[in-house]
Amino acid sequence: MNPRITDLWVYLSASPLLGLTLTLIAYQAAVWVNKRCGGSPLANPVLIAVTALVALLLATGTPYQTYFDGAQFVHFLLGPATVALAIPLYTHFRRVKAMLVPIVVGLVAGSLTAAFSALLVARLMGASVATQLSLAPKSVTTPIAMGIAERIGGLPSLTAVLVITTGILGAVAGRYLFDVLGVRDPAIRGFATGVTAHGIGTARAFQESEQAGAFSALAMGMNGLLTAVLLPVLLPLFG
Amino acid sequence: MIAALTQLLIFQLIGEVIARGLDLPVPGPVIGMALLFVALSLRKGPDASLQTTAQTLLSHLSLLFVPAGVGIVVHLARVADEWPALLAALIVSTFVSMAVTALVMKALVRKPAETGSAR
Repeated sequence: MNPRITDLWVYLSASPLLGLTLTLIAYQAAVWVNKRCGGSPLANPVLIAVTALVALLLATGTPYQTYFDGAQFVHFLLGPATVALAIPLYTHFRRVKAMLVPIVVGLVAGSLTAAFSALLVARLMGASVATQLSLAPKSVTTPIAMGIAERIGGLPSLTAVLVITTGILGAVAGRYLFDVLGVRDPAIRGFATGVTAHGIGTARAFQESEQAGAFSALAMGMNGLLTAVLLPVLLPLFG
Repeated sequence: MIAALTQLLIFQLIGEVIARGLDLPVPGPVIGMALLFVALSLRKGPDASLQTTAQTLLSHLSLLFVPAGVGIVVHLARVADEWPALLAALIVSTFVSMAVTALVMKALVRKPAETGSAR
């Protein structure tokens, strides 16, 4: 290779600039594709951007850590964004108070179903124990899910990937599933999305309406708390 | 916008200190969200800049999951070995838990409304 190009590559692969810029470009492109598809949930922006970046890393033989050194600045914003969810929650709190009983019962039912149905199916299909345990917290928002996986003996980084896949699935399928079930209330659609598909579902719910987004954010926070408390206690009973 | 970001980071920082200080299983940002909610209730809502910044950040929530999602490259071998079980578990569990949550809530929300309109 031309020495000047080699120097350039050495600089770029050591600096966070490339990973960060590529993440933003891939996301912009994914949003553009999503708009071209009429905002269809099937053209999920996370799915498109992740697929493009994975293909690029594999094609260039770039290690994930090198990419993440740049992309971590985007990843870091998950923290303040989680804090910011308090604002739509506050705006819609009157409706939340009025629906307290359905919210609590729906949360417990959905949270337990999400964890144990995944465990059961994975066990029936002969998945390894580490994979089963990494699956259990997959409906919980990434940082909580990774913490739970570590405590119960799963692989935190595999859990992060399963969490995001679950989020994409929920965001893609939610609208069609709720239409088939005849669930029209945006509060219920949002809440069920948030219990199952955490932040990625919440991003999708905000596209449907602000109320759905607020209820999805609420569900995401509550399910994170509940699963963190319940899963380590209930898992031994499941054998 | 900077003032709003500062506020969000301060709440995250307090949440992180509480979570680690008390060794709670809950991450700092979630505690920060709860604390900001309490603060908003006390001062009757967010100011305009916090409102706009939060809206901007949340309208691009999808972007923030991309770096962690790309982490799948580290697990390609395991995924290649166990993909049928993983895929079945994720699809079944996602559909079932969304349906269960939605139907349970729908059943509980409807009842009082119907008795109310029946007079």
